Amino acid sequence: MSQSTLRGRSAVIGIGETTYYKRGESPHAEFKLALEAIVNACDDAGIATRDIDGFASFSNDRSDPSQLAAALGCRELRYANMQWGGGGGGGSAAIGNAAMAIACGAAECVVVFRALAQGQHGRFGLGPEVGGVSGHVAHTVPYGLMSPAQMFAMKVTRFMHEYGVRQEALRAIALASYHHAQSNPRAVMYGRPLDEARYDASRWITEPFHLFDCCLENDGAAAMVLVSAERAKDFKHEACYVLAAVAGSHYRAGATVHNTPDYASASFKTVAPRLYAMAGMGPSDVDVLQCYENFTGGVLMSIVEHGFCTAEECNDYFTLDNFTAPDGDLPLNTSGGNLAECYMHGLGLNIEAVRQVRGTSTAQVPRVEVSMVASGPMVTPVSSCIFGSEATI
Amino acid sequence: MSTRYLADGLPVPLASELDRPFWDGLRQERLLLQRCRACHRFQWGPEWICHRCQNFDLAFIEVPPEGRIYSYQRVWHPVHPALKSQGPYIIALIEIPHADNVRLVGNLLGDARQEVEIGADVEGVFEQHGDATPPFALLQWKTV
Repeated sequence: MSQSTLRGRSAVIGIGETTYYKRGESPHAEFKLALEAIVNACDDAGIATRDIDGFASFSNDRSDPSQLAAALGCRELRYANMQWGGGGGGGSAAIGNAAMAIACGAAECVVVFRALAQGQHGRFGLGPEVGGVSGHVAHTVPYGLMSPAQMFAMKVTRFMHEYGVRQEALRAIALASYHHAQSNPRAVMYGRPLDEARYDASRWITEPFHLFDCCLENDGAAAMVLVSAERAKDFKHEACYVLAAVAGSHYRAGATVHNTPDYASASFKTVAPRLYAMAGMGPSDVDVLQCYENFTGGVLMSIVEHGFCTAEECNDYFTLDNFTAPDGDLPLNTSGGNLAECYMHGLGLNIEAVRQVRGTSTAQVPRVEVSMVASGPMVTPVSSCIFGSEATI
Repeated sequence: MSTRYLADGLPVPLASELDRPFWDGLRQERLLLQRCRACHRFQWGPEWICHRCQNFDLAFIEVPPEGRIYSYQRVWHPVHPALKSQGPYIIALIEIPHADNVRLVGNLLGDARQEVEIGADVEGVFEQHGDATPPFALLQWKTV
């Protein structure tokens, strides 16, 4: 095996979550939520927390790895990693960073985690209540452009304009998430189904996003435990191998004030080819996709940029039937995702991808060998990863 | 003083070392955008270095406040207390053909429920906020 690839070098052996709460409703502090998810992931794997020697997170998580290691009795801390960038763009990158540390021997047992308690720390979806703003936000906020939905809406509108994509394509994404959440008791929107009429009647947040095109905001935590492929067979569950994990973005994706040259993009155009090259496969090999829904329009462009359909095919391809497990062509967001299960900055999507390989999803796709995640569209850097069963190694 | 597009009470822009000539220009009803003195290409938002030739010698050059709509959004949900009674409003992303097609964010004046045409020509309207602390001006847009 080439030493220059992450393919098959490491595996997820444990996954753990807390209860997912509505935003601000966690009875626990954020750090305690992180601990609970990590303990759950270790219990799931059948490994002691003291054996963890590395932590990887993203989006400026506030739970400090040294404090986590101290609390969890870790014998030694070898790796404390944070993927730069806000939003959920780092979800799959954090897994890649863990996989890199393991592949090169920097650490042996790395936990990837994300914890959020917005009651404790304030929420994402509001503008700044300050007297003045400087820097690049001074060129947007005074015009009433300040929330995440507003930061991304014009990318989606431009994409829909260029390719004649209809609102129904966005609706299909929301319907798929809510459909799958109805079989997932962990989902915040479990028992709260969505149909076309309710979507169409829902209020606009900012065009082209209805209420149901926008992710939830939640409290909770999620974690997964990774070890080397060699060790991975020694634990309770079938190992879920990391076949590829890639992060990045295109030329000047970080240009400010909406000046990135390739504006109508989810930022995956350079990432997806490297992802498939590392995995040694293509979109037709993918059995099930978890695709980060900060907003449905990001999913639209992510799916195109990962090669599942062309931009011109979106109106035909984006249907509830196509996205529904178990029989759709591309079962999508099978836990309910960020729209209807929980918004844990997308790490819940990665955990669901592992469940699909294990065969334990509440919306299980038959015989999953290749399970993919696209994390955090429209931000920079973004990331994607592909998990595989033993058969793919 | 002309009517302002959005309700008062949003955070005001504070000029920085990087973009002060732009904000000073708007107060004087002139649009000044950043251009490299070496390669003579415009860039936006303002940067410390020319992103094309990595030259640090940058100038602010006046360009006609004329553009075309590259994208837009009609905002309905208020995310700031100052906008609670605002109702819908339109944010537009405007390409500036006179400045290498850099883009500016602004509001599209007129009926908030108007049909917006991507690609439509627009012209700038300077919106003075002389009573703010500190005083500033915004650049808004109306279809031609």
